Amino acid sequence: MNLTGSSDLVLSGISKQFAGHRAVHQLDLTVPQGEFFALLGPSGCGKTTTLRMVAGLEEPTAGTISLGDQDITGLRPYKRPVNTVFQNYALFPHLDIFENVAFGLRRRGIKEVRQKVGEMLDLVELGAYGKRKPTQLSGGQQQRVALARALINRPQVLLLDEPLGALDLKLRRQMQIELKRIQTEVGITFVHVTHDQEEAMTMADTIAVMNAGVIEQLGSPAELYDLPATTFVANFLGQSNLVRATILGQADGSVVVDVHGGKITVPVPRCRVTEGDVWMGIRPEKVFLAPAGSEEEAGSNVLRSAVVTDVSYIGVSTQYLAKLPWGQELTVFEQNTGARAALKVGDSVDLHWQPSHTFVLDAAQDALAGVEDIADDAG
Amino acid sequence: MSALVPVPAAGKPERQGRRLTAYLLLLPGGLWLLLFFVVPIVSLLAASLYDPDGSIEAGFSMTWSWHNYVDALADYARPFGRSLWYALLTTAFCLLLGYPLAYAIAFKAGRWKNVMLALVIAPFFTSFLIRTLSWKMLLSDNGFVVDALKAVHILGSDGRLLATTAAVVTGLTYNFLPFMVLPLYASLEKIDHRLIEAGGDLFAGPFTTFRTVTLPLSMPGVVAGTLLTFIPAAGDYINAQLLGTPKQRMIGNDIQRLFAAGAYPTAAALSVTLMAAIVVLVLFYVRRSGTEELV
Ligand SMILES: Nc1ncnc2c1ncn2[C@@H]1O[C@H](COP(=O)(O)OP(=O)(O)O)[C@@H](O)[C@H]1O
Ligand SMILES: [Mg+2]
Repeated sequence: MNLTGSSDLVLSGISKQFAGHRAVHQLDLTVPQGEFFALLGPSGCGKTTTLRMVAGLEEPTAGTISLGDQDITGLRPYKRPVNTVFQNYALFPHLDIFENVAFGLRRRGIKEVRQKVGEMLDLVELGAYGKRKPTQLSGGQQQRVALARALINRPQVLLLDEPLGALDLKLRRQMQIELKRIQTEVGITFVHVTHDQEEAMTMADTIAVMNAGVIEQLGSPAELYDLPATTFVANFLGQSNLVRATILGQADGSVVVDVHGGKITVPVPRCRVTEGDVWMGIRPEKVFLAPAGSEEEAGSNVLRSAVVTDVSYIGVSTQYLAKLPWGQELTVFEQNTGARAALKVGDSVDLHWQPSHTFVLDAAQDALAGVEDIADDAG
Repeated sequence: MSALVPVPAAGKPERQGRRLTAYLLLLPGGLWLLLFFVVPIVSLLAASLYDPDGSIEAGFSMTWSWHNYVDALADYARPFGRSLWYALLTTAFCLLLGYPLAYAIAFKAGRWKNVMLALVIAPFFTSFLIRTLSWKMLLSDNGFVVDALKAVHILGSDGRLLATTAAVVTGLTYNFLPFMVLPLYASLEKIDHRLIEAGGDLFAGPFTTFRTVTLPLSMPGVVAGTLLTFIPAAGDYINAQLLGTPKQRMIGNDIQRLFAAGAYPTAAALSVTLMAAIVVLVLFYVRRSGTEELV
């Protein structure tokens, strides 16, 4: 391992144009060496295309890709120190599991194939399956063979295209933990493509959220969740309440925002824009509901005179919809701690939350961007 | 066979109905095979053991003359071996010409795929005989091909194309090429493109990927194509007759001549031997290529 980051994967100004269709546009991305990096976005946003360009299976229309000091943009796939776990595994049906895993070693004329393959199969817990053909394995086992076949080559970067997409939910959760364990163990850079935000959040060190061929935002899962930079990220990663507002001015390092007559403050660093019309955003679990007129904590943001319009009891928590005087309904998640009697539909409430949980986004963006995409399935 | 007929189940009317359906479905094809395959084969086997001294006029009597086989093989060993040799050459040339063609159609033809497939099949719109006759004209001593080859001194002034081994094998290759190309195309076309990409991703250059991924995956097509070429080529006599001389005589020519001359026992013994030889070769070949596991 190398602390100067000399093996970082860097994409600069990468674009890919298919006949009349822009799949990836002006992408800039740095994946630090040894990181578990997730490329997250809805189906059709260009994730696979980006990955294929890194693997050398697709040629970028513009831009360069480099790995460490080496420009690999024009390098043939078989000359790149990069391996791929394909979306549907693409295991060789005519070879048994052992030979599938040994394939890369044999091509490079590496010695001690038997021992290395044995170790790799043990790592993915398939030691006893070497003699079987891929079709004789379950989906989860095939997935692990695909992983072993790529990992055994000790690539500088391992590319995984929705590797868990074909597995059922339970197996998927299990494999997420497994993949993370293996990545930590081998210390190889993983670029993991997924459309499942939960998967990206649980596994990745860094997530790049991609939409319509561009990176919307890049950061750790907590950073992205805490301070989304666009309405798309706010909606695609978890859920957000976005309320139309206008910035009035600044005071004491905070921006003062007018929300339909109520005044709210937001720390300046949490504002993408600092004047004019904006979206004021707050995550549902950050909002507290209190009976109308009750005293709030000093310095809290408050929106008054809301009415509870829906209560969904989920056991561990309750999900409320609260209608504000201007007609918009906001979502509030509340842990069922029992500290306060449950609210009922029709109750009058105030909503309050910490200024430091608030964020402000550009009003030019669509408040519903990313909402409909969550329901989409694999792509 | 046993897989086709449901296991008998005692007394269940529904099961019996299904069983009846299975038999009814087998019936027309079964009868057809019985009439036009089993009966002729049995009569061919019988004829191969008739008294060799019989004639059409006097009739043949069954004398269980196993000796017919020994005599026939002794007299016709050379055309027999030549047939297998020509068939082997034909198969090899068909494979060499057909594989790149099928590969190009499957992977590189794009929107021309269907046109190219149609062109491969196009020769079937005229009869085998007519096509072979045209080759005879094409290769004839005063045809333009020979003239042209002589003009550029590839062929000597008394050189000829017709009536040579090359002419016979060329004719066979031409006639059986589609039988090679079509199964090859079918199996190449089926190959998942991502497997080829996976080869490239795992450090195999284009040729290595072909050798280690594409070729093994196309083996069912190779086996089917070589069988469909070898078997009819070994039994063919039209090409040897029209494009060759008695020196290029194949076993089919002798069988045909013997049948025409009424020497049924010898002709039948040769036919049975050819059939047996092909069956043995094919079984051995299919075993060796191990294609049962594929598909
Ligand atoms: N070979 C191709 N030819 C034309 N369009 C393509 C091709 N591959 C992908 N696309 C298009 O590019 C866009 C991005 O595709 P892709 O990278 O596969 O998305 P994702 O993996 O994020 O679902 C899609 O609109 C898709 O239809
Ligand atoms: Mg994809």
